[in-house]
Amino acid sequence: MADWFQDNGLLLGLALLDGLSSAGLIFLVAVGLNLVFGVLRIVNVAHGSLYAIGAYSAASIGLFAASLGVPAWASLPILLLSAALVGAIVGPLIERFLLRRIYAQEEVVQLLVTFALFMILEDVQKLVWGVQPIHHDQAMKLLGTIDVPFAGDFIPFTNYQLFVLPGIAVVTLVGLAWFLRRTLTGRVIVAVTTDREAATAMGIDASKIFLLTFTFGSMLAALGGALSSPTAALVPGIGAQTIVLSFAVVATAGLGQIEGAALTSLMMGLGRSIAVYFEPELEVVVPYIIMVLVLLVRPQGLFGVTETRRV
Amino acid sequence: MKRIEPFLALALAGAIIAAAVAAPWLRFVLTIALAKGIAVMGILLLLRAGQVSFGHALYIAFGAYTVAFLAPRVGDAAVLLPLAAIGAGALGLLIGLFVTRYRQIFFGMLNLAMSMVFYSLLEKLYALTKGSDGIRVEIMPVAGQALDRIAYEWTIFGIALALAFALALLLRLYLASPMGEALAGIKTRETRLEFMGVPARGVLLSAYVLSAMVGGLGGALIALTSRHVTPLLAYWTSSGELVFIAILGGAGGVLGPFMGAIAYELIRVYAAASFADAWQMILGAALLLVILFAPGGLWGMAARAVGGRGR
Amino acid sequence: MTDTFSRREVLAAGFGAVMLPATLSAQPAARPAEFKIGVTTFLSGPASVFGVPSRRACEMLVDQINAAGGIAGVPVRPIFVDEGPGTDHLVGEIRRLVQSEGVHALFQSISSGSCLACTPLSRELSKVNLLWDCGTQRIFEEGRWDYAFRTQGYATPEVLAPLLYLLRTKPDIRTVAVINQDYAWGRDSWEIWKTAMDALKPGVRVVAEMFPRFGSTDFSTEITRLLALRPDVVYSTSWGGELVTFIRQATERRLHERTTFVLPVAEASLQILGRSMPEGHIIGARGDHWNNHPAPRDPAAFNAFVNAYRQRFNEYPIYPCHHMAQAVWALKAAVEKAVAAKSGGWPSDAELAAAFRGLTFPTPTSTITLREDGQGLEDQIVGTSSFNPNFPFAVPKDMRLYPAAQVSAPVGQKSTDWLKTLTPALIQSAGQSI
Repeated sequence: MADWFQDNGLLLGLALLDGLSSAGLIFLVAVGLNLVFGVLRIVNVAHGSLYAIGAYSAASIGLFAASLGVPAWASLPILLLSAALVGAIVGPLIERFLLRRIYAQEEVVQLLVTFALFMILEDVQKLVWGVQPIHHDQAMKLLGTIDVPFAGDFIPFTNYQLFVLPGIAVVTLVGLAWFLRRTLTGRVIVAVTTDREAATAMGIDASKIFLLTFTFGSMLAALGGALSSPTAALVPGIGAQTIVLSFAVVATAGLGQIEGAALTSLMMGLGRSIAVYFEPELEVVVPYIIMVLVLLVRPQGLFGVTETRRV
Repeated sequence: MKRIEPFLALALAGAIIAAAVAAPWLRFVLTIALAKGIAVMGILLLLRAGQVSFGHALYIAFGAYTVAFLAPRVGDAAVLLPLAAIGAGALGLLIGLFVTRYRQIFFGMLNLAMSMVFYSLLEKLYALTKGSDGIRVEIMPVAGQALDRIAYEWTIFGIALALAFALALLLRLYLASPMGEALAGIKTRETRLEFMGVPARGVLLSAYVLSAMVGGLGGALIALTSRHVTPLLAYWTSSGELVFIAILGGAGGVLGPFMGAIAYELIRVYAAASFADAWQMILGAALLLVILFAPGGLWGMAARAVGGRGR
Repeated sequence: MTDTFSRREVLAAGFGAVMLPATLSAQPAARPAEFKIGVTTFLSGPASVFGVPSRRACEMLVDQINAAGGIAGVPVRPIFVDEGPGTDHLVGEIRRLVQSEGVHALFQSISSGSCLACTPLSRELSKVNLLWDCGTQRIFEEGRWDYAFRTQGYATPEVLAPLLYLLRTKPDIRTVAVINQDYAWGRDSWEIWKTAMDALKPGVRVVAEMFPRFGSTDFSTEITRLLALRPDVVYSTSWGGELVTFIRQATERRLHERTTFVLPVAEASLQILGRSMPEGHIIGARGDHWNNHPAPRDPAAFNAFVNAYRQRFNEYPIYPCHHMAQAVWALKAAVEKAVAAKSGGWPSDAELAAAFRGLTFPTPTSTITLREDGQGLEDQIVGTSSFNPNFPFAVPKDMRLYPAAQVSAPVGQKSTDWLKTLTPALIQSAGQSI
């Protein structure tokens, strides 16, 4: 074991750096899904579509801005702005015109409504943005690279992936924790998450909270997409890939638990990057193995609270 | 409604046979629809207990690959079908022992995780499974009878129809039995069941194993019909499709899965034929319309049309 | 002549077919009012980056052919089917195309999985089946098909030619790493490369084999590992969004300064990559149809095709467009040959299929001959990425042309067996500079 670390310790260090940035992205998408699930109790499959739309919009807006001669430093704020814009427009539309009609229905029906929406939006993306890969990497190029020393050699990492992605994830985590614990609206959201019946009985306007939460969750999905757009080429189907991983994070984390989502994302991000170094064939199944192991030990998820059994 | 159900079933079967006689390519589509309908009965069973499996494509794929792997050794459809059902049942027991400890989203997501692990295995074990290329299944004898292509296709169609009838009847009996009633009890208040001395987990596990078996059977029929199996059968969107069909058809009666599967396949075929690049949108829109304006699915619509009560 | 038709017509045709018994295949061969082609291609999912341009090329060529009076006087109509929903859907669609739409020939598919599943149907349905883009060597090496022909090259020459080019231009390589998409093409193309490399230059060490999930959008971890390993060569047959993402992430972190990329299917992504594509790396096009081909067989026809496509769709055609065109031209040549053989009479399905065997048809760049096993012989051109003022994206320089017969496994031999018999002498003898 000690020998193994001597031989591979440095590689493990590199894997940690890689894992952090991928964990950051996973967290942003998953925490939005988790928040929505916690409050609305809807497994929102269309969360993946919002991710994709966020990514495509950020790239389009960025390309448009660049063509207008907007300076390069603005590319990073543009990413954040376009994510907020997508969330603020598409989120309320979906909540008001679709989800609102089905809150009284069974869980499976609600899930399927979002699945149907996901299918529709897949084709909408194709109609709007076409099928050829779209990319806009100004933000990544702007920040340049940093050389990390490695065994007498050096490895260039992009500052964007090494600092910006994990940084925004941490800021989001801290901001969310503060918001949920310290502000009135946040506390109301937590109250609805913990016990919807009691919360509404106490006079909380659930409808407003639902709209707010869903819009906010949509923004987070779009933010995940927007932040991925500087490094990834966007093609049809990116939403489907993202959502299935986020499902795993939510179930592992425990319902509505943001710290749980953070820790789970970290485990999955690191687990995958370590797998790439030492057993690449395992990379794909690592998230599911983590999920099964966690749920074996903690059936309510990592940070989940056991619900009181009702008779 | 219960009384006219058998007549409705006969009418549906008559329409299926008439369409299959009229158009050879529809015979293929309808055989697939019947196979999926059989698999969806398993989803229906779990829905009765209020549980949604988002990973039952696992059992379809397992049944299909059982056929593909064993066909060169056991080249007889009449032997392969029960083998696939038993194999899927055994796998269902193994996984069921684990997943039936969980409810709601955890149940759904663990099933999803299992099917995604299986999907990854099918892709990764390239030497064994030929990866995404998949495995071809040749025309094989049925019960010792060597058949030409047309006769073979008719035979599989007939088997699918007969199995659909027999299994729908069994499912109806099962749902009306104390076991079936107990299943519904899990949905309303599981704790009450246990106060009455009914082991809820055992009830759910038996339903889960049954659902795995019909899944395997459906998968085997798909493999015998399309005669080519690929890992895509196990992908999460295929699982979503099964739930989609269950809700489209309506969870109220045993005919629902078949009405749903036939409608699903026909919409898909016609949408793909007329709008090759927007068929997902059409399917999604059809599902949305049914959920929003025809609660109870196609079965509910049929029930209202004949003046009874769809459940 | 236009190839659009109203939705109502399509639906009516479909429902009509449901009501009427199909007796199409039993009819004697009468000259049809129109020649219908069932075309399967990706219209959804990641591979639609190939599917949609190929569909456009098909529509454009069909318009051109119909404007010139059709094939042997019969106008052509393509009917497109999406490969995206998966194999079980596609095999049903093939049946529908033949039994309900009554197509006269099938063009299928992009995915090797689709081809493997659907090619046997050509025999069952007795319908000419042109494999217009898929590359798997398994089709014609593991089976014999009377109705199936591939009107382009396949995996073995498409991988072997870039390898020969690499070993000739960089004879001293010692280490290689592979990063391929995790699906059949990624795995097969690596097996071909590895087998050929072990025969042509024994002793090259494989330092990493990575097959990231199909559809991955981030390769940072893989790139870090490659940066740390410093292999002489990084081999990748990835395509579409994944190749674009990989190249951009890799060049940003200067991986291209530490290693030589060998990218046999790069051509389709070069326009998207634009200036992000680094110079000095080995690129292939799954054929010989580079936009800067220095000596096409028929320069006027080549320019006409490229310019017409650019004019209509505002981008350069990529290799799937050329592959689609090859299928259309092969069909035209074969139908005309079959009609001539019957002195003007219309050929049956079997007679049409017979016309394809051994057919040599012209392409703007060269000619393609369909061998007796149905495999097409398409020349391969490999080059080094570079920029020139005529194109806003990378094009090859120092090109070498590998005649198809030199780099394809002979009829009746499996590629992996044949590749083992190669000797290092082939590196110098194969191909010619153009």
